[in-house]
Parts: sequence; C-alpha cells; structure tokens
Amino acid sequence: MLNENILKNDEKAVYSLRSLYRKFGYSRFKMSKFEEYDLYVRNKDFLISDGIITFTDTNGRLLALKPDVTLSIIKNAKDVKGSVEKLYYNENVYRISSDSHSFKEITQTGLECIGDIGIYDICEVLYLAVKSLESIDENYIVDIAHAGLLSALIKECDLSENVKQTVLESIQNKSIDEITSIFQKGNITQKAYDIISRLMATYKSSAELCSAFEGTDERVEKALSEFAAICASAEQLGLSDKLRIDFSIVNDTSYYSGLVFKGYISGIPTSVLSGGQYDKLMKKMGKSSGAIGFAVYLDALERHGKESDEYDYDIVLIKDEGCTSAEIIKAVEELSQDSLSVMVLNEPDSSIRYKRLIKLTKNGLEDA
Amino acid sequence: MQYINVALPKGRLGEKVYAMFEQSGYECPSIKETNRKLIFENEEVGVRYFWVKPSDVAIYVERGAADIGVAGKDILLEYSPDVYELLDLKIGKCRMAVAAKKDFRDNTSQTLRVATKFSNIAQKFYNEKCRDIDIIHLNGSIEIAPILGLSDVIVDIVETGKTLYENDLEPIETIVPISARLIANKSSFKFKGEKISEIAASLGKLVRENND
Repeated sequence: MLNENILKNDEKAVYSLRSLYRKFGYSRFKMSKFEEYDLYVRNKDFLISDGIITFTDTNGRLLALKPDVTLSIIKNAKDVKGSVEKLYYNENVYRISSDSHSFKEITQTGLECIGDIGIYDICEVLYLAVKSLESIDENYIVDIAHAGLLSALIKECDLSENVKQTVLESIQNKSIDEITSIFQKGNITQKAYDIISRLMATYKSSAELCSAFEGTDERVEKALSEFAAICASAEQLGLSDKLRIDFSIVNDTSYYSGLVFKGYISGIPTSVLSGGQYDKLMKKMGKSSGAIGFAVYLDALERHGKESDEYDYDIVLIKDEGCTSAEIIKAVEELSQDSLSVMVLNEPDSSIRYKRLIKLTKNGLEDA
Repeated sequence: MQYINVALPKGRLGEKVYAMFEQSGYECPSIKETNRKLIFENEEVGVRYFWVKPSDVAIYVERGAADIGVAGKDILLEYSPDVYELLDLKIGKCRMAVAAKKDFRDNTSQTLRVATKFSNIAQKFYNEKCRDIDIIHLNGSIEIAPILGLSDVIVDIVETGKTLYENDLEPIETIVPISARLIANKSSFKFKGEKISEIAASLGKLVRENND
C-alpha cells in the first residue's frame, strides 16, 4: 500500500505527472544515462548550460552524461509523414548550475510530441503543461508567447546584428530603459522602438495582443492568428485565468519556432516548467517534421510547501538487555503500524528528537 | 497582508534609494531609528525593507528572498543574475573603465595583464577586441596593481577619477556607463506583479521628475 505522506514533493509530482501524461496517450521513454558527446557539440546553443561531463568509453568513443533529454529523443524520432509520436520521460540530467557554478544532478520530467503536429497537438501540450503545474500546486501562473511572432516582429524592426542581441536581452530582462537609451543613441528607428515597447508589455488576452499588432506584415499576421487560435482554445478550456502573454520568456528564436511557455509556482523563485515548439531545432537535426514539448524541473520542488520535519523519529524504542532480536522486531512492527517511524536504541540519546519514548522490557512495552 | 520584500544596498547609495522609495509613497519610518534591527516593515503600505551588502542584492532577489531590490549595473553585468531589470534609477552614476599609469603605452605584441574585481566584464570587453589578456582577480585596492607592476591596466568603477589621479593613473577607455537599477525576481513578478509594477511606476515618475 502506498502511503503518500512519506513521499517527498518531487516524488509525489513524478507520480501524478506520469498518470496525467499516460491519460493523453504518452508513453514512457527510458533512456540510457550516456549519449555520444558529438550530439551536444553540434547543438551547443540549445543546451541551458555549457558544461558537459564527458568520459571515454572502453572502445575509445567520447561519451557524455546527459545534460539534456530533448536532443536524444529527437535524434531517435521516426520522422514519418502523417505520424505523431508522443513520449514522456523522467530522467536525471547533469548540468552546471547557474548559482553554484558546479555540476548538479537535476531530476527532470517532461514530454515531447514529435511528428506531423497540428494546432490540436500544440493545444494539448499546453493543456498538459498547465495541468502539470496544477497537480503540483494550485497557485501557479503560465507565461506564454510565440517565438515565430517575436522573430517576425523583430525582423520588421530591421536591426543590425549586435543591436538585435541587446534588444532581445532587454526584452528578456524587461529593461525598457535600455531600449529607450538605444533609441536615444539613434541605433533603432521610431517604428522599431514602438514595436519593441509593445512587445515588452504583458497582455491578459490574445485580443489585447492582436489589437496591439494589427495591420503589420503578412508573417506577423500569420503567427498572430496561430497564437490567437491557441489562446482561444485555452480560453474555452477555462485556463485563461492562469495564462499571461509575456514575450520576456522567449530566450532563443533560433530553436523555437512557435508557441513557447514557462510555468511559475508561487513561493519558488525560479521557473519550474519550460517548453515550446521547436521545429527549427528539428530542421537543424535533419528532420522534416515539427515538435513541441516541455520539461518540469523537479529539483525546484524539493523545498516547496511542506515544512521540514520537526522530529527525527516518531518513536524511540529503548530495548532491555534481556530482549531477543525477534521480540524487538515484533515490537517495532507493532508500533510502526500507522506508518510511524521507530528507532531502536540501547539508551536515550539527547541529540535525537522524537515524539514518544517507549521502553521494551521482559514485561512488554511501556511508555517512558 | 502580502508584503513586498525590498533588498536595499547598505551604504550611501542605499540611503539615496530609500529616500526615493519614501518620496514615492513607500515610507517606513522605523528604518530611520538607530538600532540593530535588520528588517523594517510598514504594514500600511505593505513593504518590508532590509539592508544587505550591495554586491549581494542580486543574489537575494534572484533566489526570491527579496521580491525586488536595487543593484548597480556593474553587478548585473558581472554576475548576470536571472532577474528582471525594471527601471534605471539614474543615481549612483559612474562608469566601468580601463585605467592605467599616465605613461602607459599599449603594447599589442604581448598579453595584456588586467587587474580587476570584475573578471567577466573585463573578459567580455577584451574578447570583443580579440585581445589576449591575463586576468588578475583582486578583491580591493585595484589601483595599486599597475603601480607595483602586478598588471598593465585595471578595469574598475570610476566615479570622479580622483583616486586614479592621486595615484598617477588615468582612465583610458570607458567600457560601459553604470547606474543603480531596480530589479525584480521573475517568479515574484508573476504573483505580486501588480504591486511591483505600481512601485516601479511611482519610482519611474520620480526618476523622470528628478532628471528633467
């Protein structure tokens, strides 16, 4: 029998997420911990951190401990016209953590939907992303944006390569003052300034967004209408309360092509879910089909919610010298019935915190 | 009551920053009492202030211990914390610059030795110039490095340049202008966004008034 109380937050999340993904026909993809290093070298920019742990296999091949799961899944994707593969995973990946600058093992659960994906698949993945967060904590927000729309609008701005870099960074940081200062230096036009400042606002609905960018060029219109369709279905599903349109989450337009999203849970300082449609990455890896997916960073949940335990054990059992091992084990079984933890000691230890102290003597159990 | 936690940088700049918050309607009278308290709150306006080392503000904000804070652009460039940079407060203005001894002549045939507290900024600046450099990371008294021959140049914050001139050094190149920025934790911005935007807007109004 499964007692949920003994599970940690991240372990609980793994259970509920698995059953959620299975419901929508996603099947488990279990992979090996190692991958050819070459795969990451070719797609270095896609990885969140630069560092990769490598080692030489017995046959001299250079292998890496996986820093990422998506690339491995894409590599093995079938790429057959008309078919869609739906996979979920629960794996450990190895990356340099941004705060400690050293390697860290990160538990990651997520899913990928690869193949001939259409608007339905995109909406389904977004729906599952929202439901994933909901199953962890009800106080959550999902930021959504459209990478294709962002690139189309940035193209409209006609920026030089290094200005473009600064502009994209400023959008990510919501640093409107930086954009104003670039504008004042004359590095961007008035038209570009208008577009960029509108991109930096947060929108509550796609209608608001559409009215902000109406009448721009054809590529923009196309991306906008796709995005509006996704938002409309989210609205019909009653998700719009939890969704915000915010372009600051788009961090790489060279891989992501369509919908992108990032999930936050109140009380956790970083995003816990991140994903999007990455057709451009598929293309770079020689695949003709599209793909969308997301990952949930379970390590972020470790400290969330539940206060840490006040007690080391529920019960400390002090055994008398005369008791046999079998008697002691029976006593532990008896005491631990309501899934309490029992620690057997020879004598009380003041450094241990416990709720009850029980003595086991020849006459049986007695409270001490 | 949902508080907004504000990390202020200890010192002269922090006092100026607090004055701006006060003028914008987020006062907290207890902060001016002289005692050893570290955290000050005003329930009425829903803010809680605390003083931390200026270079640590970004850490408190990035990790969510503070919802917002004020940090110098130098710190943001050096450590690139994952935070929103909502407003340029246009105070604490100075610049990140390369400085050297007055008779310094740049010899491009050899590796340039650069002493600095800001290794990442210096590295990036010289990378863009394709210059091979040797970074000497120091934690203070950077000015002494070229005088003692430890380095050829230094990369440091220059306010008036007085310390440099007094030590026979001079700024030779500006890397980037620096000023204090209002930063926000990304997750806090999702859940306390209205209040944070309200604070940013009031401060922004004040900044415009002060700089017009």
